[in-house]
Amino acid sequence: METLIFLIPIAFGVAGLAMVAFIWTVKNRQYEDPKGDASRILLEDEDKPL
Amino acid sequence: MDIAAPERSAADPKAFVRKGDKGEYSLELLVKGAKCVNCLGKIERGVSEIPGIEQARLNLSTGRFIAGWHDKNLDPAKIVQKIIDLGYGAIPFQSDIAQSVSDTEAKKLLIYMTVAGASMMFVMMLVEPVWLAGIFGEMGPGTRTFFHWLAAMIAIPAGAYAGIPFFSSAWKNLKKGHANMDVPISLALILTAALSLWATANFREHTFFEAIVMLEFFLLIGRYLDHKLRQKSRIAAQELLALQAVTANVIQGDGTIKSVKVSEVKEGEIIEILPGDRIPVDGVVIQGVSQGDFSLITGETQAIDIGIDSHLRAGSLNLTGKLLMKATKVADDSFLAQIARLVEAGEQSKSVYVRLADKAAQLYVPVVHGAALLTFIGWLIAGKGFEVAIWNACAVLIITCPCALGLAVPAVQVVASGRLFKNGVLVKSGDALERLANIDYIVFDKTGVLTRGQPNLINRGEISDENLAAAAMLARASRHPLARAIARLAGPGPSIKDAQEVPGFGVEADVDGVKVRMGRAEWVGAQSDNSETEMWYRKGDDMPVRFAFSDTLRDDTIATIAKLKKLGLGIEVLSGDKLGAVETAAKAAGIEKFTAQASPFDKAARLDELNAQGRKTLMVGDGLNDAPALAKALVSIAPGAAADASQSASDMVFSGENLNSVYESIMVSRMAKSRVLENFWFSAFYNLITVPIAIFGFVTPPIAAFAMSMSSVIVSLNALRLYKK
Repeated sequence: METLIFLIPIAFGVAGLAMVAFIWTVKNRQYEDPKGDASRILLEDEDKPL
Repeated sequence: MDIAAPERSAADPKAFVRKGDKGEYSLELLVKGAKCVNCLGKIERGVSEIPGIEQARLNLSTGRFIAGWHDKNLDPAKIVQKIIDLGYGAIPFQSDIAQSVSDTEAKKLLIYMTVAGASMMFVMMLVEPVWLAGIFGEMGPGTRTFFHWLAAMIAIPAGAYAGIPFFSSAWKNLKKGHANMDVPISLALILTAALSLWATANFREHTFFEAIVMLEFFLLIGRYLDHKLRQKSRIAAQELLALQAVTANVIQGDGTIKSVKVSEVKEGEIIEILPGDRIPVDGVVIQGVSQGDFSLITGETQAIDIGIDSHLRAGSLNLTGKLLMKATKVADDSFLAQIARLVEAGEQSKSVYVRLADKAAQLYVPVVHGAALLTFIGWLIAGKGFEVAIWNACAVLIITCPCALGLAVPAVQVVASGRLFKNGVLVKSGDALERLANIDYIVFDKTGVLTRGQPNLINRGEISDENLAAAAMLARASRHPLARAIARLAGPGPSIKDAQEVPGFGVEADVDGVKVRMGRAEWVGAQSDNSETEMWYRKGDDMPVRFAFSDTLRDDTIATIAKLKKLGLGIEVLSGDKLGAVETAAKAAGIEKFTAQASPFDKAARLDELNAQGRKTLMVGDGLNDAPALAKALVSIAPGAAADASQSASDMVFSGENLNSVYESIMVSRMAKSRVLENFWFSAFYNLITVPIAIFGFVTPPIAAFAMSMSSVIVSLNALRLYKK
């Protein structure tokens, strides 16, 4: 039972982090053009040769 | 791209360029026809190649394109022209209108939904051990209460935050003195939170913290889907506004040409109209000869000659020659504006329609409130005390919470419009499907709906292959609809570069020193009997070759009409074209009732008449002249090649060549309606079972959680059945 003292804050932290990350993606406009983003990955980057 | 779509030359977008604080310029465009990866790459790369352009980004989901640059000498018309040259339509967008497009509401709902969903999972992790320990008796009251407090720590703040949409909507409605669905929801949320906190503080066995966030999560999914569907129709309406904001080239006193917004054109001003331009305002021609495509305005398929003193109506297309026109009416009372006003009036009458979900809500609120109140009073009378009474009343509110009801309609509409989208039908609003399912009468426009809306060669057998190939070379150099029909038939190939368009007569060129002409009979020196729409081709002194045209029915018109008749729907044709043409087409399609030479106002009046008779009418039309009728009908569909105003005024747009899309849409909408009704029946049945359990006080937290999630899952799965035939 004593482990709860560590585990619960860790669990809170991890879940909180995930939520903050998601909210960041929303604010970062990652859901505004799903079709375009899905297509963009197929385009070749011309200006950045490796 | 549809080659038959009227060509749009670059409207001068200077009036739409927005200047930022740091000297940066930006231009927003509505790009039409871009649907695939290649389009995206082609357009972005193409515009980036213009010297000076720093930013070029196309949103493939909404069709909005934004370009940014710093160089003040850069001509924004180059950007528009570049996109048009690549084969897409580009229309400048008024930035202040576009501002409101960024969908902040959807973003907020998405965040509320995530907060509710994530905290639901977390709270479940904490309360499930308590439930299991309750069965096996392995947890003391101390540990149990500790877990309850942990659950409260998450559920209370998360629930308060994710509940904002419900609380604010309920409060707004209560202030106005009526109760919507959000009132019992808010009441249930607040009551549950308060009682659960009280129970935790008093070491009770049961709390309902997980119910708070779970409820919000399921309800928010429904809200989010619903919002997305409504947003689609809002965007369509904004595009109509954007389309009216095209510019006109006004010739000023000193002879220079200035591009101004159409809304700023004054009466009496002289406007230059190039071949391929749309007429910006009503006016009279003072110089030049040309031909005009009036098909979107009158439904007439033949190109009409334009000369000095011809009256031009806003929205028609100038085909072959440059014209100077004197504006007779300003944008506000032009023909286009009258049409726009009629459309608006029609849409207002449409908003009277009460959506199924709202009907259900009207029934739901008093029933739920009544049941909760009766439970409370009942338990008080039974002498079980205040605590038991309020807990059971609260359980009734939780268990009846309309998770399934909130999902019932949007889930079905999302799936149904997704299925139609795959088949090339764009559904602009969710309730359009509901309305479509109820129709019992269909009014078709002729030109462009029953027929292809473009001339097709009908005497191919009389023309030799060499003559067709030679004529096609000349035809490719012309904008005239008949020439285009020949070019379309011959397929891609070379064109004569130095061909001269002679406005009002035809097109001519020199090929190896021999004069080649295509156009009017008397111009090429041929005898015409003038019975059909025709064009003549002549090389030097060879025999003139006759090309005859007619607007033929779509391939599947006859089959589709037969299928629609089988559904028992009344069908009629309402066209602006001449009687003979309408009669032939209607008879060929198998439709007995038809009206010809109907003006846009006649069409709207006919729809009013049908509405007054209690008919539930579907209008299918493509022309500007159909727009008011499209708006007046209970529900309307326009083909993808339709006038922009008609596409905006209608509820659905189908692309492709098949009229069968109309039949398909009706069938899917009917299936969607039965799915929605099934979902309602299921919700009613679910409440019939669970409400008595709640009233008599047998609902424990695990039962509530199970019942709520299962009902939502079942409703969603039922909606997904629509994907199957």
